[in-house]
Amino acid sequence: MSDTESMFAGVSNPRARRRRRMGAVFAVLCAAATMVGVVFLAVLLVDVALDGVPRITREFLTGFASRLPEQAGIKAALAGSVWILLLTAFIAFPTSVSAAIYLEEYAPHNWMTRVIQTNIANLAGIPSIVYGILGLALFVRYLGFDRSVLSGALTLSLLVMPVIIMASQEAIKAVPSTLREAAYGLGATRWQVVSTQVLPMAMPGILTGTILALSRAVGETAPLIMVGAVGFIAFTPSGPLDRFTVLPLQVYSWVSRPQEEFHLLAAAGIVVLLVLLLTMNAVAIVLRNRYQTRN
Amino acid sequence: MQEKAGVEGEGVPLNFRRSRNVKERLIGAGLFACAAASTLITVGVVAVLLGETINFFTQVSIVEFFTGTRWEPMFLEKHFGVLPLLTGSFMVAGGAAIIALPVGLLTAIFLSEYAQPGLRKVLKPVLEILAGIPTVVYGYFALTFVTPLIRTVLPGTDVFNAASASIVVGIMIIPTVSSLSEDALRAVPNVLREGAYGLGATKLEVATRVVVPAALSGIVASFILAISRAIGETMAVTIAAGNLPNMTLNPFESIQTMTAYIVQASLGDTPRGTIVYQTLFAVGMTLFLITLAMNILSQWILSRFREEYE
Repeated sequence: MSDTESMFAGVSNPRARRRRRMGAVFAVLCAAATMVGVVFLAVLLVDVALDGVPRITREFLTGFASRLPEQAGIKAALAGSVWILLLTAFIAFPTSVSAAIYLEEYAPHNWMTRVIQTNIANLAGIPSIVYGILGLALFVRYLGFDRSVLSGALTLSLLVMPVIIMASQEAIKAVPSTLREAAYGLGATRWQVVSTQVLPMAMPGILTGTILALSRAVGETAPLIMVGAVGFIAFTPSGPLDRFTVLPLQVYSWVSRPQEEFHLLAAAGIVVLLVLLLTMNAVAIVLRNRYQTRN
Repeated sequence: MQEKAGVEGEGVPLNFRRSRNVKERLIGAGLFACAAASTLITVGVVAVLLGETINFFTQVSIVEFFTGTRWEPMFLEKHFGVLPLLTGSFMVAGGAAIIALPVGLLTAIFLSEYAQPGLRKVLKPVLEILAGIPTVVYGYFALTFVTPLIRTVLPGTDVFNAASASIVVGIMIIPTVSSLSEDALRAVPNVLREGAYGLGATKLEVATRVVVPAALSGIVASFILAISRAIGETMAVTIAAGNLPNMTLNPFESIQTMTAYIVQASLGDTPRGTIVYQTLFAVGMTLFLITLAMNILSQWILSRFREEYE
């Protein structure tokens, strides 16, 4: 493409020169726009790290919430986040992967399949707080799970299900159909084909999508406020029906206090949260790379 | 074709075949149940929202809800006009759009038309990180970094203000615009670009007069989706924009969005059956319908105005 532009170089009428100059200005503008996001991200990370990292001590990681900022810690929030992460994975992963297997390997081409598929695409666009309202009415009040880890995990499962289903469908689609046909040719049933050929092949892709979806769940705040998680909890949950708090909620509860000391605590909580998310994303990237090199 | 694959050969004992068929059917039914469950989520959302919203409208007139300019459900003398919350949501989303739409589109043009493949490979994941950062972190940054910055320039600004929330929400939705628009731009076939170069167009003219118009449906769809995300955004606006349902268009004042109200109301003790509990659902329904309409509109534009190339 630069060849075409160098063709202009010989032309020296003022109009061509102006067009070239306009082109250069536009190129700089596009590059500058791209840098807006990059620079913002850098400033945000540096700002949070400067405020938060000095505040991270052993006491901070092992202490409970407190009215005194110098004693406050994130033990309950960290434990709650791990609980929510595991329980959400436990609920959402099998159901979502089953739904994806059905849609890719079993579903007939009829109106019902189309309805299910369109619906999944639309679910992904519902604001997370609306899932929170559903969780509040359905799990907390109607089913009587109260403000428990279970209510929170079920609510977040609904939130991440469409994402995991769509990622799993992509992974299953990528399995070459020759594999299926060879297995069918040997007399395998449909479930044997799926369980021994398709799933093992698609699993790295499915896991990558699942981890990315779960990292979104770990960062969610609003739906968990709706189901009644609060920032001030001085114990770690010992079962799925216990009350709980999570890291983003603890951060929110510190941010919403006027005192500067609590804002620094919030920054420290954010650093821990981002490290957790970064670890999850790194695992997903490693899985994805392994997957790509194998194909 | 795949249906026939389950049929067995002659030599297999009949009872083995039958039990195998039963197992296959059960598995198929189980998988179908999981897929069908996903539609129950939508049914659940609609049923739950609709049920309490109807209860709400037996006590508050629908005309007052949509035309009233005062939102004071927790005061002794209650007012249920949702307009201040709607104004708040649309002001934040509008401010975010002013930032995200041009920046996102120019980013997409840069990634698709200008950046070398190596640079693109680095920039894309970096922009994805912006979309992966929890919104509560954006809220913290808005309150402790962006707001003080605004207040040094304009000292009259409230501590909680719509402008600060708009800025971080705008940054937050840049990846939505840039990645979807970039997909649309890259789907434009190279022959169009080459044809334009052949006629003597510069790179700028190719990008803005050939590629962007050819990808317009995808770009507009990404714009609508991004604005819909901004309207549904909760934590950043709750933290940075405040909790004052204020009918104003001044971005430097404290306001309240629909989402921020839902958070505020659910933080307090709201027993079932009270009018405050029902407002959660009425406001939630309004939010749900607005975002749903925008998502459907964006999908419709994509399918209706897509330019097909061979």
